[in-house]
Amino acid sequence: MDIFNIVIAGVGGQGVLLASKVLAESALASGMDVKQNEVHGMAQRGGSVISFVRIGKEVFSPVVIPGTADILISFEPLEALRYVHYLKPGGMLVYNKVTINPSTVASGLATYPADVEDQIAKACPDAHGIDALSIARAAGNDKAVNMVMVGAVMKKLPINAGVVEGVVRSVSKEKGIDVNLKALNGGAAA
Amino acid sequence: MKKIISGNEAIALSFGDSGGVFASGYPGTPSTETLEEVARLGEVYCEWAPNEKVGLESAIGASIAGGRALATMKHVGVNVAADALLTLNYTGVNAGLILMVADDPGMHSSQNEQDSRNYAKFAKIPMLDPANSQEAYDFVRDGFEISEQFDTPVMLRTTTRISHAKGVVEQKEKIEPKIGPWVKDVPKYVMLPNYGKIKHVEVEARLLKLQEFAETTPLNRVEMGERSLGIITSGVAYQHVREAYPNASVLKLGLVHPLPERKIREFASLVGRLMIVEELDAIFEEQIRAMGIRVDIGKDKIPLCGEVNADIIRVAAGDAIALGSAPIAALPQRPPIFCPGCAHRGLFSILSKLKVFVSGDIGCYTLGALPPMSAMHSTICMGASISAAHGMAKVNEIAGRSEKPVAVIGDSTFFHSGMTGLLSMAYNNGNALVIIMDNRTTGMTGGQENPGSGRVLQGQPARQVDIVALVKVLGIENVVELNAYNLAETEAAIKKGLETPGPYVLVDKNPCILRYRIKQPVIAVDPEKCTGCRACLKAACVALGLGAAAAGERAKVQVDPNICNGCGVCVQLCKFDAMSEAKGRG
Ligand SMILES: Cc1ncc(C[n+]2csc(CCOP(=O)(O)OP(=O)(O)O)c2C)c(N)n1
Repeated sequence: MDIFNIVIAGVGGQGVLLASKVLAESALASGMDVKQNEVHGMAQRGGSVISFVRIGKEVFSPVVIPGTADILISFEPLEALRYVHYLKPGGMLVYNKVTINPSTVASGLATYPADVEDQIAKACPDAHGIDALSIARAAGNDKAVNMVMVGAVMKKLPINAGVVEGVVRSVSKEKGIDVNLKALNGGAAA
Repeated sequence: MKKIISGNEAIALSFGDSGGVFASGYPGTPSTETLEEVARLGEVYCEWAPNEKVGLESAIGASIAGGRALATMKHVGVNVAADALLTLNYTGVNAGLILMVADDPGMHSSQNEQDSRNYAKFAKIPMLDPANSQEAYDFVRDGFEISEQFDTPVMLRTTTRISHAKGVVEQKEKIEPKIGPWVKDVPKYVMLPNYGKIKHVEVEARLLKLQEFAETTPLNRVEMGERSLGIITSGVAYQHVREAYPNASVLKLGLVHPLPERKIREFASLVGRLMIVEELDAIFEEQIRAMGIRVDIGKDKIPLCGEVNADIIRVAAGDAIALGSAPIAALPQRPPIFCPGCAHRGLFSILSKLKVFVSGDIGCYTLGALPPMSAMHSTICMGASISAAHGMAKVNEIAGRSEKPVAVIGDSTFFHSGMTGLLSMAYNNGNALVIIMDNRTTGMTGGQENPGSGRVLQGQPARQVDIVALVKVLGIENVVELNAYNLAETEAAIKKGLETPGPYVLVDKNPCILRYRIKQPVIAVDPEKCTGCRACLKAACVALGLGAAAAGERAKVQVDPNICNGCGVCVQLCKFDAMSEAKGRG
């Protein structure tokens, strides 16, 4: 079956859910069936967050099974490693290179793997790291990292980039539209 | 118009579109957004109750008064509301009544993994189990019809993947609410034994009628495909079944209690191997086996714990080995933790230091059980902190042990079911220190209003209970305010509470920084003074981290100004005066 599986990972508070919403709405606006699912609840408390978007003619299950994702978008390198096993063989990873310490590292119980990027490259031959924070900052808002990440994968999806832009416009607050579009296009150019 | 909405949003939308009049409930993941969405849509009256029992009872009253009513809660909430439910099933309803319960297979954010289908069996009432957002929408309307046609409450059960998964929903034509008469009917609504006996007979007869209904309703449908494998399933498990076996024959149950015996028997006779795919308990399987029907694949192959997925189903049917590749081992965990700036951090820094036994409760403060704080030693259910501490204190007294237990509870949990425990402690001459973290919100579930927050669900001002006065009126003489941001003061207050015989209550009133968007000036580290001793890291704050170590030196602490929220706990933990005090607190 040709279902396109997207997994989005990150840290609570990074805007993973809004990015998922943009992708899901874009698929719907392109006339496809879509199921989107994330686990929230404690997510805002700085924990690890994972979200699924499944796109196709008819989508049944809302969950992506490890080993079947076409694309993994990770907002943080350690989270990319944590969920890289969701990718199917040959799947593509796009990740934000800016690290965020987990509480276990912040409290000295664990150390952040210094070779995280090497480990990512080893785990996924088709991995692309970008500095989403700088791109978001250049667009005018550090918080627009989520839009940068959507932009970075936009051309790899079975969705027209113009549709994604339209959805970003519609989900953004009036005064955030310009920043978000800049971030989206900044991500696409990265 | 088509929209992509979650199961919870679909239920809320349909409630308004299906003549709903009154909704009540108590927050609990994954059910919470349902009532929030009813409020946001603004068409139907709704409110937060202080607990699930009150929510359901208020919905019962609404139904008796003639309005279609909805009560929402998470799975464990039904335990709290069960007393009402297990007699409401006898009285039946006037206007339709739906109890929406959200289960959490996989325990994404719950303390247990109970299967609410047991309650439908227990209460002998119908239960609907939607498989996507559209069905969540449709089943609300069906639920009201069944409720009124059979004079019974109806349970609408979701799971996390239904409540939170978004799918496409098409809205139906709106049914305007019609409020029926408010009638006095003693034998129907007063469950004295004599009336109850009559009602019990009716409950059993009603169940037989519902069973007949189950045989013919389109809620239960057979999708005949290849006959070698036939699968009986419901809810989100249906989606996983379709994913695994797009061409198999499926009996999809929408009404999961009572079961359609004839339909199941017929389906079983048409297929080769019969497989039952259900998340959590073997509810279908046990009943189907009891019908004398052979089940080829069931709970022997599909786990009783956790969620099901297409992979598990294929493997259970013997057709595949698991596709799933394994995660990379030995990565640092990223558990949830107190937000930067949260007052709970100050409290747990001290509880951890004092090494007292902390009888805990359910809320953000439960995160105090995790390392490095490790300062919560029991957490059972909402409200148990105070009552359990009371029991501990009594046994300590009998054993001649002098330590006094400490109970920690939040405002919402105190109103939910902590107050009665405190009443007992006062009444029964107890001896525990109780700390109420009144952050003026129901934090863990996303910041809902409660009787102490000063606002109702829709945000309008409301009567605000005075916790200190309430504690006194329950019979507690020693009630003292606490400022958990000030560690020295907190330590002194806790020590005083532990030394003073009898019940002692501390109330911290610092508001939730996340809910009230409080931003404090950030902390800075003086690298000249920082010795790299790591004392501040005990604060377990994600704003802190170690920089690169210079040759022959210990790595020094850095504060991420984008994350820091200036609570000042690390400043007070620092023994070398290397961190600058946040302004406005202390
Ligand atoms: C019976 C029951 N209902 C609901 C929940 C979901 N729940 C978990 S924590 C919590 C509220 C916590 O609020 P509060 O006590 O004010 O503490 P805070 O999180 O704000 O620190 C709720 C409603 C539950 N676990 N059990």
